[in-house]
Amino acid sequence: MGDDFIVETRSLTKEFKGFVAVSDVNLRVRRHTIHALIGPNGAGKTTCFNLVTKFLTPSRGQILFNGRDITQTEPAAIARQGMVRSFQISAVFGHLSVMENVRVALQRVQGTSFHFWRSGACLDSLNQRAEELIEAVGIGQYRDTPAGELSYGRKRALEIATTLALDPEMLLLDEPMAGMGTEDVKRTAELIRRVAANRTILMVEHNLSVVADLSDTITVLKLGHVLAEGSYAEISGNPEVIEAYMGSGHA
Amino acid sequence: MTTVTSTSSRAVSPQLLLVLVLIVLAMIAPFGIYPIFLMKGLCFGLFAAAFNLLLGYVGLLSFGHAMFFGFSAYVTAHAAKEWGLTPELAILAGIATAAVLGAVTGWLAIRRSGIYFAMVTLAFSQMMYFVAVQAPFTHGEDGIQGVPRGHLFGLINLNDTMTMYYFVLAMFVASLLVIHRIVTSPFGQVLKAIRDNEPRAISLGYQVDRYKLLAFILSASLAGLAGSLKALVFQLASLTDVHWHASGEVVLMTLLGGVGTVFGPTVGAFLVVAIQNYLSEVGSWVTIIQGSIFVVCVLLFRSGMIGVMTPWLKRRGITG
Ligand SMILES: Nc1ncnc2c1ncn2[C@@H]1O[C@H](COP(=O)(O)OP(=O)(O)OP(=O)(O)O)[C@@H](O)[C@H]1O
Ligand SMILES: [Mg+2]
Repeated sequence: MGDDFIVETRSLTKEFKGFVAVSDVNLRVRRHTIHALIGPNGAGKTTCFNLVTKFLTPSRGQILFNGRDITQTEPAAIARQGMVRSFQISAVFGHLSVMENVRVALQRVQGTSFHFWRSGACLDSLNQRAEELIEAVGIGQYRDTPAGELSYGRKRALEIATTLALDPEMLLLDEPMAGMGTEDVKRTAELIRRVAANRTILMVEHNLSVVADLSDTITVLKLGHVLAEGSYAEISGNPEVIEAYMGSGHA
Repeated sequence: MTTVTSTSSRAVSPQLLLVLVLIVLAMIAPFGIYPIFLMKGLCFGLFAAAFNLLLGYVGLLSFGHAMFFGFSAYVTAHAAKEWGLTPELAILAGIATAAVLGAVTGWLAIRRSGIYFAMVTLAFSQMMYFVAVQAPFTHGEDGIQGVPRGHLFGLINLNDTMTMYYFVLAMFVASLLVIHRIVTSPFGQVLKAIRDNEPRAISLGYQVDRYKLLAFILSASLAGLAGSLKALVFQLASLTDVHWHASGEVVLMTLLGGVGTVFGPTVGAFLVVAIQNYLSEVGSWVTIIQGSIFVVCVLLFRSGMIGVMTPWLKRRGITG
């Protein structure tokens, strides 16, 4: 079981009109761990996420999820297989209320998504679960607020609640704590640790103390290449990493 | 739970009242206003409401909706006249045609977005216009004339103008209720989510193209119903209704009245039909007057007439 990788990329490469944003990346994410992807701005972290979830098509390379080749799979199908991502730029449904945002996710699993002849009231059976989820991320008092009117940090929290509503086997979180205050960062870190108990998490995060605290494994990217990989202790002692990452003013 | 239900029912009642008042007004209207004019307004109002289902709730601008409107008119006219079908069956044949056309067009167009989507729908409707010009059953420039209105379910004589009017009104009200149900249904909720943030909807596992396609087919079918009714009202199906002008007119009506509102498209439709009817003696000036009104409305009321009135109505507990 020690070598049980839930996600594996082989020579993953993405070129944008000749510019190589991700180059020959072999990433292996062990099941039931928290794996952090760090690196300076423009290192290719978000591009990696986009490739793994197929929001971008790789120029070369292969992606495996649970041992299955998903290099040709549609992004929506990947989500339905249990790998769900969040976005660096907070992605909520702005005109829907906080509750409705979470219910959109629950609704797909409920199987009523094509029911155009039924009253919207049949979604009320999802309210209890939705409430639990928004309580868990600490935005319970905003249940009827349109998501577009939330502060940035609360949008991120809502995004996590919506993602968790799908009960995914694997979560990809792109800077889940960007824009949050200290209190929210603490709560979100706790939440991530809690949900990671029976899930796998791959996350991009600039807050190094959070990364140090949460992650089992850290991969450092720079200019599209993997610079180093290991535990926090291992990579923080790596002179190349210090030079490339900590030296650039992020620490 | 009880508090939730009681507040929501209190919030609904002024809305319901407004709808009931409008229905009563519509029922007495033909005693004061020429019924043929009212029926024309209702047909185009339904056409615009169907179009708005797509533009207002999915954010897709179709520039080919005339093909659904016009082709279902042809099929209904042909079915009533040549096959001797009763009006309800002739209408169903028209709707079915529009649904099939919608499925094919939608399937091809939905992979494109923005202006390319509009272009594909326009190209398709031009193709269908060509078919309408060439196919023998449409009778080219003459159109299908003298379409019998017949007896609804073999019982109710629609040749009586007032009976026809109430039939059209009933179909119109039922269709708006259907549209209202669609946009408030679980499916409508997904449509709103897709319109708000498509990548996020995909990341939650929604195959968004399938939802857009279903919305497209529903919109086409309702536009088809409007066309079928119009064929029976005027006892005529002609090239005018498949021409791209009709596709443009429905965009105009929807934008004038207010995109994404329930009543807006109907208001816009009546306005455009009224301009065309009452100003017909000034000849080609109609187009210029219509254009000027459109420009003024777009500049003054960015969200359409009903869209502008909505905050005012909301303050009084009525939502447009
Ligand atoms: N669609 C695109 N077209 C062209 N270049 C792109 C595109 N997307 C990303 N890039 C480039 O690829 C590089 C990697 O971008 P990416 O967003 O993956 O970085 P990142 O590691 O997530 O950075 P940040 O920490 O700022 O979020 C950048 O130089 C970026 O400009
Ligand atoms: Mg990024």
